[in-house]
Amino acid sequence: MAAPVKSRQDESVSAVQTLTIGKALNLGLRAAMEADDKVLILGEDVGKLGGVFRITDGLQKDFGEQRVLDTPLAESGIIGTAVGLAVRGFRPVCEIQFEGFIFPGFDQISSQLAKLHYRTQGRIKVPVVVRVPYGGGIGAVEHHSESPESLFAHIPGLKVVSCSNPADAYWMIQQAIASDDPVLFFEPKRLYHNGQLKSEVDTSTTPGPLFASRVLREGTDATLVAYGPSVKVCLDAAAAAQEEGRSLEVIDLRTLSPLDLGPVFESVRRTGRLISVSEASAESSISSEIAARVQQECFYSLEAPVLRVTGFDTPYPPSKLEEHFLPDLDRVLHAVDRSLGW
Amino acid sequence: MSSPEQWTHPEPGEGPAARAAQPSPEQVIAGLRATTEGGAELTQLLTPEGERVASPQFDRYVADIDGEALRGLYRDMVLVRRADREANAMQRQGQLGIWVPLLGQEAAQIGSGRALRKQDMAFPSYREHGVAYARGIDFRELMGIFRCTDHGNWDFKAHGFHPYTIVIGNQVLNATGYAMGQKFEGKVGDEDGEATIVYFGDGATSQGDVHEGFVWSAVYDAPLVFFCQNNQWAISEPTERQSRLPLYQRARGYGFPGIRVDGNDVLACLAVTRWALDECRHGNGPVLIEAFTYRMDAHTTTDDPTRYRLSDELEAWKLKDPIERVRAYLARNGHADQPYFDRIQAEADQFAADLREFTFNMPEPPPERVFANVYAEPSAALDAQREEYLAYLSGFATAGER
Repeated sequence: MAAPVKSRQDESVSAVQTLTIGKALNLGLRAAMEADDKVLILGEDVGKLGGVFRITDGLQKDFGEQRVLDTPLAESGIIGTAVGLAVRGFRPVCEIQFEGFIFPGFDQISSQLAKLHYRTQGRIKVPVVVRVPYGGGIGAVEHHSESPESLFAHIPGLKVVSCSNPADAYWMIQQAIASDDPVLFFEPKRLYHNGQLKSEVDTSTTPGPLFASRVLREGTDATLVAYGPSVKVCLDAAAAAQEEGRSLEVIDLRTLSPLDLGPVFESVRRTGRLISVSEASAESSISSEIAARVQQECFYSLEAPVLRVTGFDTPYPPSKLEEHFLPDLDRVLHAVDRSLGW
Repeated sequence: MSSPEQWTHPEPGEGPAARAAQPSPEQVIAGLRATTEGGAELTQLLTPEGERVASPQFDRYVADIDGEALRGLYRDMVLVRRADREANAMQRQGQLGIWVPLLGQEAAQIGSGRALRKQDMAFPSYREHGVAYARGIDFRELMGIFRCTDHGNWDFKAHGFHPYTIVIGNQVLNATGYAMGQKFEGKVGDEDGEATIVYFGDGATSQGDVHEGFVWSAVYDAPLVFFCQNNQWAISEPTERQSRLPLYQRARGYGFPGIRVDGNDVLACLAVTRWALDECRHGNGPVLIEAFTYRMDAHTTTDDPTRYRLSDELEAWKLKDPIERVRAYLARNGHADQPYFDRIQAEADQFAADLREFTFNMPEPPPERVFANVYAEPSAALDAQREEYLAYLSGFATAGER
């Protein structure tokens, strides 16, 4: 097992900082690099530029070109060499610029990264983190707004997580790097620099477990489950519903593989209703898995079918149309109405 | 350093338009030569007739190979070939799910494998049984893969031999990363430096991962020897389906040396690989070696090469057999006599018999192996799936209880 992520109590600077998700990730990466000199960052433009989203800003300046590698432009190369570096004993963190560009690296992820530990009966550990900015809502061109996380959650041997707030961003990235398993780390790109989400991050606390979902808002009438960018949508929907006298529980999955559905089952047994929200297309998605498992575990508690509010089963549309594609507050509340009206 | 030929534009009549027309008899013969002849640029130290060829550049890399050492290389190749033939036969008898024959590639694998030092790491594809043997892996340890009881379970660190990789070309990038790690750790720069070697075939050179491995290793000066065994055929596709140029010449485009060696000449493979590894351990890597050789058997036991290649081609290559030329050299120079050859053959037969007995007696893995080591960290979900399945299995009566 890797060493647990340490808090930074001994630092003289204030342990509590107000951060965006983007800045929290940056500080989390910095903390991981300070804690373990085997941690490397590699990707396109991660050095001088600090990444296209500036998440690695300043890291190459402080840790050098041998720990923050501006690589040639090829995703299979980034991930394939990270596998080799991990076999050698490093803990590489790959940055993929946009989720739509990860597919040239899919072969290395599915054939080598996910399977080397199994293939060698545990002789080889591949503690590689692949950071993937994902999701829509930034008005981008094609291949810059997708949500392919289900494809990776389907591959045994990989772990898949997604953060939705600054404190999780700060801690989860460090925990993913400390994990001895390969982790696909999906980052909600439209929330990176969202000022509304700016919040206090206490860098001196001990973080909770990485692979655990969490109840963010308690409620009694129906349960909303989401991850990444959809968590904020659900929290906003729950706040709006409150004004109409409806009490919605909101659960942030945080971990997509392994799925931690314990809190979801518990919640559904109380509320009797579940709405699963994500930007990914519906068919064969994380939401599908949740629906299947909840009907299996909570069959007698359900007052209505599990509903899904997701992207449509289409390619991501031109972004002038993305407001129709992305689940928003109104679509979530509409689903709540349908569930409660059953 | 090698000096690859200056690339020139094809002469009239040699370009794509000319190739698209029906080949003339002369072109057919030229094509056969392209498959069977390594060309003037081939580095060779031992001819197919077993005569030593002097090489001002490479002789010093095999100065220590006296009669006894050469007998050792001969023995290695005979043992590996005999075990390969035994495994092939076992597959035909239904004892192995599949076998990947190395027949004809013994010199490329033993020569390059014996060039490695303890501190080096080798990344094989899936045909490198001879390199595995040279890295001190008991041949029997390979059999689990082909009897389908495991995916290859040797101690890769102790032997400096990574697990087999079956997806074509993946290992080239993994090896590149590993070699970058050697460099980052400061293990490169002098006589005792570390190096990595990666094995792949002529077909793999068409894969993007191989190209990316070339780019990455050049950009990061990785101490990596690319060892391409050009055995002329990627299943049924000839090398002409992979490249217009001789493969070794591709290195020039990436900015590092490429060299073509006679892959059926164990002495030349040893010398050239030692040179290339030396370049890497001193910080002058990477290097591409094209070992010009021939797969004398099928791609795997599921393949039928009579569908796609001429028997004349095989006959031509039999005359260049990697073992026979060493045997001729040893006999002609008084380093070995018939009783010696008979003794090695008897040892090889015993080696094969041991392999057969071991393979027949390999235990079946227990069902819980299905669930083991998916993750490095515990997985409650998988533990639950395992327990449920084992409980299900325990519900069946065993033969004695019926």
